[in-house]
Amino acid sequence: MLEKYKTEPLKCWSKAKEIRSNYYKNYALAHEKGGLRWAGGAWSFDAIPAGLGDDVYPLTGEPYAASIAWNKEFALRCHEAVEKAGYARDLCSYMRNYWGSIILNEYLFGGKFPKPDFIWQDHICCSHAKWYQVARDLEGGDVPYFAIDVSVGPYEELTPSRLEYVVGQMHDGIEWLEKVTGRKYDDEKLIQAVLNHCRSTSLWAEICTYNRAIPAPLDEKTMYSLYVLGTLQKSSKQVADFYEELRDEVKDRVERGIAAVSNERCRVMSDTQPPWAFLRVFRYLEKYGCVSVGSLYTFGLIGMWEVKEDGTWGPRKTPQELGIEIKDRDQALRLLASWELKKPEWQHFYSPQLKSEMMIRIAKEWKLNGVMLHYNRGCEGLSLGIAENRLALLEAGFPVMIFEGNMGDEREFDEAQTISRIDAFMESLGFEKLEE
Amino acid sequence: MMERFRQWYENRHDYAREWKKKTGGKVLGYFCTYAPEEIMYAAGVLPVRILGSHEPQDVTEPHIFGMYCPFCRDCLAQGLKGRYSYLDGIMISQSCLHIRQAFTSWELHIPVDFSYYLPMPNNVQSKRAVPYLAHELRAFKNALERWMGKEIRDEELEQGIEIMNKSRRLTRELYELRKSESPPLSGLEAMYAVVSSQMVDKREYNNELEAILRKLPQRVEDNSAKIRLMILGSENDDTEFLKMVESLGAIFVIDDHCTGSRYFWNETIPNQDLFESIATRYVERIPCPSKDWPVRKRVSHIKELARDWKAQGAIVIQQKFCDPHELDIPSIIKSLKESGIPSQFLEFDVTVPVGQFKTRVEAFLEMLRGEDLF
Repeated sequence: MLEKYKTEPLKCWSKAKEIRSNYYKNYALAHEKGGLRWAGGAWSFDAIPAGLGDDVYPLTGEPYAASIAWNKEFALRCHEAVEKAGYARDLCSYMRNYWGSIILNEYLFGGKFPKPDFIWQDHICCSHAKWYQVARDLEGGDVPYFAIDVSVGPYEELTPSRLEYVVGQMHDGIEWLEKVTGRKYDDEKLIQAVLNHCRSTSLWAEICTYNRAIPAPLDEKTMYSLYVLGTLQKSSKQVADFYEELRDEVKDRVERGIAAVSNERCRVMSDTQPPWAFLRVFRYLEKYGCVSVGSLYTFGLIGMWEVKEDGTWGPRKTPQELGIEIKDRDQALRLLASWELKKPEWQHFYSPQLKSEMMIRIAKEWKLNGVMLHYNRGCEGLSLGIAENRLALLEAGFPVMIFEGNMGDEREFDEAQTISRIDAFMESLGFEKLEE
Repeated sequence: MMERFRQWYENRHDYAREWKKKTGGKVLGYFCTYAPEEIMYAAGVLPVRILGSHEPQDVTEPHIFGMYCPFCRDCLAQGLKGRYSYLDGIMISQSCLHIRQAFTSWELHIPVDFSYYLPMPNNVQSKRAVPYLAHELRAFKNALERWMGKEIRDEELEQGIEIMNKSRRLTRELYELRKSESPPLSGLEAMYAVVSSQMVDKREYNNELEAILRKLPQRVEDNSAKIRLMILGSENDDTEFLKMVESLGAIFVIDDHCTGSRYFWNETIPNQDLFESIATRYVERIPCPSKDWPVRKRVSHIKELARDWKAQGAIVIQQKFCDPHELDIPSIIKSLKESGIPSQFLEFDVTVPVGQFKTRVEAFLEMLRGEDLF
């Protein structure tokens, strides 16, 4: 098969792997270094515990649980342990993987499950705050727990009172952190972490904009391994610096016409978390010369966006770029809350229309042939309104394929059926399999 | 004696249409009991809770993915089938994601004059919740004023609070009677009372209930030999299920449902700032599990109810896929067990398999009676 475009591995790939690997190691070994461990969601305001010191290590639940999902044998044991403990099998599969790891007392990366010193969570869907309520029970009931509610409506309707509700909880959270850790809080470290947070999330959006190029320099399967760093610790300098390096490399790939898929001729996007144990379905697309260039999920879970002067989506300008100097704790918290409440993946909690508008924008600006929606039984939060998104995309003229599955529970994913659906979808788009 | 409540419940749409004809007023459908009805009454609208009809349906499939609870799909189905065509507006006070989808799809596909999303806080245990909600309640009042084209005065708000509080007080009196060794009303009758109160003009409900409360203590019903049960969990207006259980020699004496005690348990205590008073009531009410964190306050409340109403056993129900309840049920069952109250868990759908459930409930009742098979 003749290759249409040149392709080459990412130079910074091994660095991304190393950051991820060190992250899980650091959490497990935190106590040996005299440090602290905290557990919470990937949507938590991780810049805030950063004010406790440089030796405070997080374990964010969703990426940890996604890693478990990739290990089918361990994931199954986790699910069975959770079901035996009386919890329903239709609950969030990340949550069940995470709880299973506690019940079995096995850390995916070796050893016993490292108990956190405190839980620092936020509440975005029905399950988020409850997730760690149960986790605390399973840990023996003695882990201090704080959660921030961010359910104040869509960003476009943000009022001073709504912002104040979130910022107020953040202030309370800092007082609580000082109390439960006995440490003095350092506002300078908070300010630096907030700046890193903004830098990481804006850079990730910028990286995604380069995927508008034909050929796309990145495919979604690869992007999963890169955006994940932002879900681990977006407020760290290391992650922000890495995204700068990655941005430069992706830009260079576009300039040199380096493709993710050497025979790209069809472009699609997906939606919601993928079935992690079956990422090979993305490789299967390549048999048709099809590349998934991303999704609102990969673009907008970590990426922070804004509408640019020419009307297209681009990376949100950071406080640094806007010349804003953060002077104190309150200003840092307000900026952080306001920044995060604009997260694209938060908006759909209030209306499927807001999500449909963003998806249609991506479909147009990233020049897509069609959309593959993952009706994800594992996540009630991100599958919210997905059926309405399908209707809106069809109305906007984009062909849609749906496939049902579960991001973290392979028992609910039918690989053969999904492959058949891809075949039928590709045929409906007018593409045949390329010769091997 | 309590037939009127059943009639209201079964003929809810006729009632609302008749009410409109009679008063010329507007009807506002709401999706969750966190809706501040005090302000709706102050505005002169009739608040009506949108509920399902317990019939299998196939109209919501294109709109709500099948992993969300059957209750939210049943509610949306009513709108798509035109059964709530008399509604002038809809509103939701933020609670779970499931019912939110019924609201947002309704907004998209069923035209109404007025639609309002009230971002009720989820962190009700935070000291920040009351001032924030008070602000949101003012914004809701302003939106209602714009819609109705009239100002809502403090006196009207006070009246709205009193209408709601009276209904809560009277319904609690009704529930108090169920503590008796031989409760003068069945669990089914109590359910009809509470659920119908979510559908009709509270003033009319209050008058009806006041009259019943005068007569009920004289009612001759020998329920003393029946097994006393508690029922708790997700939204539940499955009257067929209650009827079936109560036909087996049991009686429901207390519940923890948003179609039951959670709806009316606490009152709004008016102070100088009426919005703050209403906000306090909704923040401090017996919580839906979606708002019951970081501490599970509802568990101790359930245990107190079981103790005070002398429940011998509990039927714990959950709408299929209802995440918030699924997250609390293991802890509730464990806690009830520690208090010596056995429980039977059942998963509900739009329709329940009455035959299968009957067998399970019979076995549960046999166990409670301490009956031996051989």
